[in-house]
This record gives sequence, C-alpha cells and structure tokens, in this order.
Amino acid sequence: MSTYAKKQGFGATLWDYLTTVDHKKIAILYLIAGGVFFVLGGLEAMFIRIQLAIPNNDFVSAGFYNEILTMHGTTMIFLAAMPLVFAMMNAVVPLQIGARDVAFPFLNSLGFWLFFFGGLFLNLSWFMGGAPDAGWTSYASLSLHSPGHGVDFYILGLQISGLGTLIAGINFLATIINMRTPGMTYMRMPLFTWSTFVVSALILFAFPPLTVGLVLLMFDRMFGSNFFDVAAGGNTIIWEHLFWIFGHPEVYILILPAFGIFSEILATFSRKRLFGYSSMVFATVLIGFLGFMVWAHHMFTVGLGPIANAIFAVATMAIAVPTGIKIFNWLLTMWGGSVKFTVPMLYAVAFIPSFTMGGVTGIMNAVAPADYIFHDTYFVVAHFHYVIVGGVVFGLLAGVTFYWPKMFGTMLNETLGKISFWTFLIGFHLTFFIQHFLGLMGMPRRIFTFLDNQGLNTGNMISTVGAFFMAFAVIVLVINIIITSVKNVKVGNDPWGDGRTLEWAISSPPPYYNFKQLPLVRGLDAYWVEKMDGKTEMTPAEPLGDIHMPNSSILPLTTSLGLFVAAFGALYNMDDDKTWTVPVIIIGLLITLGSMLIRSIKDDHGYHIHKEELTDDHDKGVKA
Amino acid sequence: MQMDQKFTDTTWPAAPEKATLEGKNKYLGFWLFLGGETVLFASLFATYLALKDKVPNADAALAKDIFDLPLTFVATMLLLTSSLTSVYAMYHMKNHDFKRMQAWLVVTVLLGAGFLGLEIYEFNHYVHEFHHTFTSSAFGSAFYTLVGFHGAHVAFGLLWITSLMLRNAGRGLNLYNAPKFYVASLYWHFIDVVWVFIFTVVYLMGMVG
Amino acid sequence: MKRKLHKWRLLPLLGILTFVLSGCGMASLSALRPAGEVAQTQYNLMMLSTIIMVLVVIVVTILFLIVIFRFRRKKGDDTIPKQVEGSHKLEVIWTVIPIVLLIILTIPTVKVTFDLADTKAMDQKDKEGKTKDALVVNVRANLYWWEFEYPDLGVITSQDLVVPTNEKVYFNLVASDVKHSFWVPAAGGKMDTNTDNPNQFYLEFDSQKANEAEDLFYGKCAELCGPSHALMDFKVVAKSKDEFNTWAKEMKAASEPVVEGSLAKQGEEIFNQSCIGCHAVTPNDSRPETARQAPNLATFGERERIAGVLDHTEENLKKWLEDPEVYKPGNTMTGTYGELSDGQINALTAYLMQLKVEEK
Repeated sequence: MSTYAKKQGFGATLWDYLTTVDHKKIAILYLIAGGVFFVLGGLEAMFIRIQLAIPNNDFVSAGFYNEILTMHGTTMIFLAAMPLVFAMMNAVVPLQIGARDVAFPFLNSLGFWLFFFGGLFLNLSWFMGGAPDAGWTSYASLSLHSPGHGVDFYILGLQISGLGTLIAGINFLATIINMRTPGMTYMRMPLFTWSTFVVSALILFAFPPLTVGLVLLMFDRMFGSNFFDVAAGGNTIIWEHLFWIFGHPEVYILILPAFGIFSEILATFSRKRLFGYSSMVFATVLIGFLGFMVWAHHMFTVGLGPIANAIFAVATMAIAVPTGIKIFNWLLTMWGGSVKFTVPMLYAVAFIPSFTMGGVTGIMNAVAPADYIFHDTYFVVAHFHYVIVGGVVFGLLAGVTFYWPKMFGTMLNETLGKISFWTFLIGFHLTFFIQHFLGLMGMPRRIFTFLDNQGLNTGNMISTVGAFFMAFAVIVLVINIIITSVKNVKVGNDPWGDGRTLEWAISSPPPYYNFKQLPLVRGLDAYWVEKMDGKTEMTPAEPLGDIHMPNSSILPLTTSLGLFVAAFGALYNMDDDKTWTVPVIIIGLLITLGSMLIRSIKDDHGYHIHKEELTDDHDKGVKA
Repeated sequence: MQMDQKFTDTTWPAAPEKATLEGKNKYLGFWLFLGGETVLFASLFATYLALKDKVPNADAALAKDIFDLPLTFVATMLLLTSSLTSVYAMYHMKNHDFKRMQAWLVVTVLLGAGFLGLEIYEFNHYVHEFHHTFTSSAFGSAFYTLVGFHGAHVAFGLLWITSLMLRNAGRGLNLYNAPKFYVASLYWHFIDVVWVFIFTVVYLMGMVG
Repeated sequence: MKRKLHKWRLLPLLGILTFVLSGCGMASLSALRPAGEVAQTQYNLMMLSTIIMVLVVIVVTILFLIVIFRFRRKKGDDTIPKQVEGSHKLEVIWTVIPIVLLIILTIPTVKVTFDLADTKAMDQKDKEGKTKDALVVNVRANLYWWEFEYPDLGVITSQDLVVPTNEKVYFNLVASDVKHSFWVPAAGGKMDTNTDNPNQFYLEFDSQKANEAEDLFYGKCAELCGPSHALMDFKVVAKSKDEFNTWAKEMKAASEPVVEGSLAKQGEEIFNQSCIGCHAVTPNDSRPETARQAPNLATFGERERIAGVLDHTEENLKKWLEDPEVYKPGNTMTGTYGELSDGQINALTAYLMQLKVEEK
C-alpha cells in the first residue's frame, strides 16, 4: 500500500478514485461532480434569463421552461450546493480536528456514490422523455397532475441522493464527536468544524421528512395510493408541510457551512482570532435549532389561519438575532486586524453586505401580511438568491479558492481570481437587486413569459445582462482552474502564510494518512498558537506507531449503481406496455443487496502502515 | 487491540461494543441513525393522524370498524417479549457467552417472525373483510404505509440478525463482531419502541374513535 | 478597485430611495401603488420593515466601509494585531438592539395578521341563507382560467371579476384541479386556492385609486400550475356601488343571448353543437360546479382580453379558435373539438363577439 506515491496509469488512477475511501479523494470527487452540476444549473439559469430578457419571448416553450426552472432549482440545491459543501467538509474537517479520516470511510464513499447516481438519474430525464416540471418544491396537486415521467425522475433521483446526504450527515457527526485529536475540545474546534457539526445534525433530522414526503408522492404516482388525492380523502397540504419541514432547515444546511468558511477566512486574512468565538458557536447552534421552528413561513398564503401565521412570523424574526450577532462579529474580527485582500478574502468581505441584504429581506418576508404581497413573486426570488448566491455561492467560491492549495497542492491564479470575483459580484447585484422591484411591480415567480406594457421590461433586461456577467465570471474561473492545474506549481504547508488551524500544519496535499502522529492541541487556532510560540510544527500527542487504515472498496459504487438500475425499472413500471421493468428492478436490487451482503459477510479489518515505513517517508512533510 | 484477537472470559472487556474506535464509532453512528429514524416515523405518524378516517364515501371502512384488539395485543406481546430476549442475548454477549447469546437471538428471531406472521394475517383480514386496501382511501394509504414501514423494519431486522448469527456461528465473539451484534439489538429495541407508539396511536386511539 | 466597491455599496441604497419615492409600476398592477385598504395596510407594514431594515443595512455598511479602508494591510507589514477574544458589552448591544427593532416590527405584524384574517362578516347569514351585509365572491381557479360566482346574486362570470368600490369584498377561494393562487397585486396580497378546502379573505378597492387605474386592475395566478401558469391572468373591473348594482341586476336578468346576422346565427349553431357542453352563455348558470368545465362566455364580447392574455380582437379570437395550444399550452380546450374550417371559425367569431350583457 505504500505504492501510493508511485506514478500510475490512467486506468489505475481511475480505479483508485472509484474505490477510494480516503476523505481527501472523496472531497475531490464531490468537487468535480458538484462543479459539473453547478455549471449545468448555471446553464439552466442562463436559459431562464435569456427567455425573460424581453416580453413575449419564444426562446424556449412554456413546458420546456418549467422543466428548466425545476431543474435549475433542484440541481443547484441538491446537486451543486450540497455536494460542494460536502467537498469542503470532506477536505477540511478531518484535518481541522486532527483526525486520520472520517469515522466511517466506507460510508463516506457510499454517500458520494449515492449522491452521484441520484444526480445522474435525475439529469438523464432530459434525454428520456422530459425533465420534472413541477418546480423544485413539487407541490402535490401539480406534481400528481404532471404528465410523463419527469416528476418520477425527481422523486427517485432525490430519494437516492438524499440517502447519500443522510449518510454523510451521520458520518460527520460521529467523526466530530469521536475522532478529535487530544486537546481538541469542543470549544477549541474551528468554526467551520462547528458549522459542519450543526449542519450534520440538521441533515439527520431534516432529511427523513423529505424521504417520507417523496415516498408518499411516489406511492401516489406509481402505486395508486391517495395521500394527496383530495377526492379519496387525501390532503395536499401534507406535502407542503413535509417538504418545508425539510426545506427550511435545508437552507441552513447550505448557509451554515458558508458561515463557517467565512469565519475561517476572515480570521486568517485579518491575522486576528475570530471575534466573539463562543457567541459565534452559540449563534450557529441557535440558528440550527430555530431552523426547525419556522417552516410554515413558506406557507403564509396557504391559509393556515392567523394564529399559525403570527407564531411562525415571530419565530422567523427571532432568527435575525443570532444572524445579526454573526455579522457584527465578522466585522469586529476585521476591526483592528491586518486585512489582506486575497481572492477568498474578497469573497468573504463582499459576502457581508450582500448577505445582509438577503437577511433583511428575509425579515421583510417574515412579516406575514407583507409576505402576502411578496410570496411567490420575484421579490422572493431576489431574496433567496441574495442569501444563496450572496451567501452560499460566495462561500463556496471563497472556500474552493482558499482550500485549493490544501486539496491540490497548488494555488489558483490571483489575478484571474480577482477578475472572476469582480464580474461575479457586479453581475450578481445587477441580476438580483432589480428583481425585488419586479416582484413588487406585480411579476409572479416561475412565469415563462410576461406581457409587454406591464412596466416589467427594463428590469428584466437589466437582470439578464447581470446574468451574463456571472456566466463570464464562472468561465474565467474554469479557465483559471485549467491553467492552474496545467502549471501545477507546488506549494508548502501554509501557502497563504496566515493559516491558523490544524490543516495548515501539514503538507499540501496531506499524505493519505494525514497526520504521522496525532497533534496535541493547546488552544483555539491550534497552529497559530504554536506559531506564536515560535514553533513551525505541532507537538505530537502520541509516540510514532503503526497507523490503522481502511481498505479501498468498489462496493459503495456497486451498491449505489444497483439502486440506480432499479430506479429505472421502478420508474417505467407504471407504464402498462413495458414488461421489462420488473426484471430490471430485481436485477438492480440484487446488485445493491448483494453488495451489502458481501460488505457484511466479508470481514474488513483494514491494514496497517508500519512505523518503519513512516520514518522512511522523509520528504512527505508529515511531521505533525 | 487487534480486532480478530481471541478472548477468554477474563480478558473480555466490560463494554465490548465500545472497546475499539471502530466499535465506538459504530455505536455512536447507529444511535444517530436511530435519531433520523425517529424523525422518519414521526413524519409517518403525523401523516397518519392527518389522514385518519379520511375516506371518499360513507361505505369505506373507518378505524373503529376494523381493528381487532385481541389479535394486535398478542402481536404486541410477541414483539415486547422479543425485545426482552434480545436484552438477554446482549447480557450474554457482555459475558462472552457466545452460545447463550446465539440461543436467545434465535428466540428473538422466532418471536419477531411470529409478530410478522400475525401482521400479514391482519392485513389480509382487513383487505378481504373490509375492503380496506392501500388504494381504497387516504386512510388506507396512510395506515398501510405507517404500519407497513414498521413491518418492513421488522423483516429487515430479522434478516439482519439471522445473517449475523449465521456468519459468526463458527467463530464466536470478538471485538469485530461484538459491536455488530450490539447495534442489531439496538435496532430491535427501536423497532419495539416504534410499535408501542403504533399500538397506542393507531390501535388504541383508533378503537375509541 | 476599492473606490468602485464603495460606489457599489451605495447604489442599492440610492436605488431603494428613488424607486420607493417615485412609486413605480403601473397603477393597475403594481403593489407599490396600493389601491385599497388591504393593500395600503400591507404596504405600510412593508414600508415599516423596509425602513428598519435600511437602517440596519446602513449601520452594517458604515462599519463595513470603515473596516475595509482602515485596516488594510500595508505591503510588507508583518505586525501581528492584538488577538481580541470578544467584548461582552458589544455583544449585548448587538443582541439587544435587534431584539428591540424586531419587537417594534412584531406588534403591528401580529395585529395586522389577525385583522386581515377577519372574515366573520361572511358567516352572518339571513333567513334565506344569503350573506347579510357583505358581498361574497366564490373564486374557482382552474387550469388557466378563473371563475367568479356571486352566490348571493346568482351570477357567474369568468376571467373578469367585477367588484364595487369602497367596500370590503369577501372571497371564498378554491381550485378545481391543481393549486393556484389568487393575486390582484394593486389591491393586496395573495391567497392560495387549494384543492382541499376553501380559503377566505377580503380585499377593498378604493374608488379614487381605481380611477387612476382606469377602473381596471390586473389579476394573476401566483402559484406554478403548469405550462401556462404565466398566462393565467384575469381582470378586475371596479364599479361604483350603484353601477355595480345595476350590473348585477342586468346580469341576473340576462336570458339566452340573441345574436344578429346570419354569420353569427350560423356560429350559434356550431356553438350549440360543439361548445355548449362546457361553456355556458348566460351569467346565471345553475349547473353544479363540476359541470362548469370551461369559462362562462356570457360577457365574452365585453372582455378586455381573449383567453386572459391576447388583445380582444376578432383576429386574435380566430387564431385562438384555430389552435389554442399555441397561445396557452396545456389548456384543457385543445383537442376537445374537431378541426374547424375557416368558415366555421368566422361564424363562431361573429357569434362570440356578440355575447354581451351590458351594452346591448
């Protein structure tokens, strides 16, 4: 197994990645898959903006537009933002807590492959009779009414990838609870680790309601049950509740890791410890907790009655308090610091006012009677893009740039990065700021066209122009990545020079076992503490010894592949003219269950790296 | 500590399920998983309560018409007892007594299978006596989904425990399989707890209307 | 670079001010030009929250600007700043002030939420089961068209909602196929039309504001409902109380339409063969809801738009009849009648354009 460093052919590398259980490689897989889906979702966004550039446009047809808008939302949330967040978590969290891997390396890989095949399945709908067209919320009456198999692709694809997400959530919880290095107490954990911790708990409690909702919808569409069939006693509002009990925490599942990334970046490039660390932790936990109490603010116009509306309005407003605490703590972190504007820092800095804009419109939306105006208009579209793009996407762009050297051992080009940043920032505000007013001027969301002479033309045109700026920024980013990868200039442990946390104490990229000896943590910002004491490396917490490592395995891939295959059978099973569906379901399930059986019957004790091998490994920079 | 190391009664640790890092992770991870499962069942319960007795017409079966309490009571007793026997099995696991553990697990599986048999009989009864089916009403859909999900969990648990017993029959206890037995028994308790809620919410509350 | 950033921060704020002060959008459509008590209340609440929020944004922006200009690292500056742990005093300040601001916002929010949900007047029925002092409209949303039934007046219209000004108009809202949402932006917020059970709310139309909008407001569907969601528009015609009463009386009294000209008569025949099964032509359609599968055409000749979105011309009507799918994809009329010859279309057009109640 010490063949790792040897030159490998393409086939061997591919096999390595298909079977890997190493969190660092899984992070790269998540990054690539998430990146591809992000570009795909962006393309869909461009279609939307081109269609809405002028009134009565016929760039795409009405039905096709609904497919695009559904897939844009679904892709961006489930297949781009989530995996990119997981890429960051996988790449960073084990290193930040001084662990050699996550608690369940096998499940980590399984989580990725489930997500990947779920996403692939969902996107194959484009080529197999049409994509889902009932919106990413897929409200029950419309999703039951929707003809064709689009919505079935949505149900099964999300079910499979949702399973992967749930597994990843459990994994990170167990990792953070059990795998911290000596001295890494909870209140010394970096903020990104804290947010991962809270987010994983949110995933654990938020995804099951979605699973149930999807199951009910699947039963209704495929097996004739009556959950949402009003004539048979069903109730469509159940779907809305289940969806938003999942859906609102989901928003925090996306934004909290971004908060974590920004906390790391702002502290690093201000050369200052995070202001009010403990209140930041408290605020993170509180936001996560309140996230479960506010789902019905998405349903103010459903007719739940004034009591429910008033309660959920007040609960929603309460979230502003911990979020405000965070904003001010970030500002005060920079206050008195020595602020260096690298690309990640630019994103972090631009995030503060951009996200504040999204936050305050969130409070406006919480004012229930005012929300009767905002709901389902472009005002809401503007609001959630301000938080999701201004928060999550900025966070991911910042995080990817910040951790690129840690993941790949080379730095992204700063000049190109700045070009990306400025065009993205300008494009973002140009696209979405005007949409607040479009909404108030009477433009509902999810419309494929609008009539002339309704006062909506200028605003939509501006918005479309902005979208092109953002597309340009992403293209520059892709070029940047390609150039950087080709040049591949290697960098050391702490390429930004101001690293504070454990991940910057080991080489870039780290060796496959991360830490030769687990490091001893002596305070918040463990690496910074050592630096300030004049040391260049961490004090080890254990003598040099054998390292226990998990074996690679192809089983996660085959387990997921089986579900992917079975899903096709299940999807077409409702068509009477197709007889091949049952065998396909059986074959798929056999692949999955067979893989699971092999996994449980075949003992997998992993292997050991002997300490002699470790001492030979001089040049790897693994001195902990 | 090697995971396939052989143990005697005296060297066997007090908490074998948590003696290794892998075991500790598995133990914690499984508890977390059960947390997620709890929310899953909570969602199903909420759905059931929202759709209870929601039927398309006056002829359709309602909860108070169909439930047969003596039968469900017997099923409940079987499952509760099986939870107890799995406790015995874990007791012997902690005492490094592989044979007795296996024996109690066999009892557990048999009781579980008995429960599942009664449930299948019960469903069959509803379908044929009352035309209360998965597609007959929203009530039917919600009932079969909630109780059926539980039944599927029982079935999966039976397969799981059986395959664990078969796989390890020849080699006894070690620190690699002890956590596996332990979490399987946790799962079995969880199923039992869910059933207590189903018995209360679906059957008892169904009887009083 | 930093200069640019500076300007960028201020632009949005300036933008808010200019837009808000001028009051933008069309009087018939924009929520920024509230046309009644409900819309005004909601607008005021929105302005209150906007003012508080702009205040917050200004504070954050000022702090932000100070920070990014004052604490930039100079080239080659290697000093390590003081590692400040936090400040309890500051943290209390930025916890308490937001809470105070939120309380200021919460009180009117809760009050208005309850006020706007007050539809008790709908339940006050007289001996005949008619609503005592309130005008009630049953709104039924269907795939891409709206039906408005005035249960106490015995009148049904489609696509055009007629309302009296300066009084509360109460609505029962329901959908017959998939979920839609009823929204007259200028007159107030929206309310979903669920498939499950009716929602209730009220709106008010101010006569003066109605005049500014030429007595015509635009209504929209605000919930994604299929391909033609964007085209599911309706119109609200505002009339003074007297005019409204006259209108109601005429509608109530209207009998089977009588058309003039042989072409129109020919059209009537075609209509009675192929269309009457779904479309009624009298405003007092007594059939049950489930039988009313298509818009009531009694006032078709008086409508503002064809199919909710096309200009009301014979040309457009002909195009619509020829292939409705082109103009409203996914509508339920496509394919319910055979291919029509040009002659038949001309005849139907002549007939339909004469369907009027008021201006006869």
